Amino acid sequence: MISGFLAQHADEIRTQTLEHVWLTGAAMLFASAIGIPVGIWLTRHSRWAKPVLGFVNVIQTIPSLAMFGFLLPLPWLGDRAARIAIVALVGYALLPIIRNTYAGIHGVDRTLSEVARALGMTDMQRLFKVELPLAAGVILAGLRTATVICVGVATIAAAVGAGGLGEFIFRGVASVDNRLVLAGAIPAALLALGADGVLGLIERWVRVPGAARQ
Amino acid sequence: MATAIEFRDVSLQAPDGRLLLDGVNLRLEEGTTTAVLGRSGSGKTTLLRLVNRMADPSGGTVFIRGKECEQHNPIQLRRGMGYVIQETGLFPHFTVARNVGMVPELNGKRIDEARIGKLLEQVGLGAGQFSQRYPHQLSGGQRQRVGLARALAADPPILLMDEPFGALDPLTRAEMQDMLRALLERLKKTVLLVTHDLDEALYLASRIVLLEGGKMVTDVAAEDFLKSEIPAVKAYAEAFHRSQKEPQ
Repeated sequence: MISGFLAQHADEIRTQTLEHVWLTGAAMLFASAIGIPVGIWLTRHSRWAKPVLGFVNVIQTIPSLAMFGFLLPLPWLGDRAARIAIVALVGYALLPIIRNTYAGIHGVDRTLSEVARALGMTDMQRLFKVELPLAAGVILAGLRTATVICVGVATIAAAVGAGGLGEFIFRGVASVDNRLVLAGAIPAALLALGADGVLGLIERWVRVPGAARQ
Repeated sequence: MATAIEFRDVSLQAPDGRLLLDGVNLRLEEGTTTAVLGRSGSGKTTLLRLVNRMADPSGGTVFIRGKECEQHNPIQLRRGMGYVIQETGLFPHFTVARNVGMVPELNGKRIDEARIGKLLEQVGLGAGQFSQRYPHQLSGGQRQRVGLARALAADPPILLMDEPFGALDPLTRAEMQDMLRALLERLKKTVLLVTHDLDEALYLASRIVLLEGGKMVTDVAAEDFLKSEIPAVKAYAEAFHRSQKEPQ
């Protein structure tokens, strides 16, 4: 019975999964492009850290369905469902990315930053040669959390017609068909676990041996 | 002998209004080693930070090779001075070779393996054995030797050393002092050595400066330090030697 269901919906599952990956991937790309530089900027302008982190924290507390609803009537954004979905997902991904980038760089041994300056590194050299490599593990942990959040929240994006694996879940709930719900939920869970695992491996790989002992 | 570094009536006020340095006048001749002694918080490290413009004085002037410090570009000035601190100063994500070659790398020149090998040998480390290791794979003494090799890599005329052997056990410390003394005799660098170890200062330096509360108490030839009649100098020497005799 299950194999029959899978055979019947295989193409659809594949398409929705790819759509889901696309939505999450695009959102993560934008969120990283915004979040990492903002996190770095905050380490240089610490007095802004509290208000900025507070603001992205507030975004995080908005229920996802409500967030999609808020964005729907906006001009240009509301024209295409995928745009709404990506903007909402970026909003949810920002907190872990900004917070971890800020905390990761702040957590770098101050002595090493001082030595970097004393050896004659410019601000950019200090950032790219010392601070970012040493903070990479913490920054990646933030990206990992953000990705898992995005994969989960992206299932709600189907409510505004953005596609993705949420399509199955909403259809399944509407028609009280658990097979449809699972056809969306299982691949979404596997995506989240897969992304978490891969990023976890990269995180272990970039972690600096002995950094904590230095 | 030409003057390498000169402090002329130098003061530095902290943002909270405290005077970290108060009217310091000091000359360091080229090729000599000057030790700065003093208790914690006396302004030793602050004095050293003024030389490479990690801090700028709020009063008076620091001259480096005859030119006012403020006229030196801080980045270029720092690259032209060796800098050694306690063992935490090595970058944990770089190999020994990359750590040693860091200042030339910042100047856009990668130094070759042969030069790295020479620098490591100079500080008593076998290049083949150590150049590809990471700092956490070295002992405290070895890390300190790498730190010294890094400071010498760009062949700077001035070396700034802030408690370089402070974290080492007494035996390794003595070994390092022997190595540094031999090296300095050969290389003729101008060295500003911050320490609170009087024996280290007497062994390595030709002049000794004592700071107290940001003020310079004395600036004498090393051999005259223990003969000084200045109460603060006598008190420092007595306190130091008493702490050496007390069981740890």
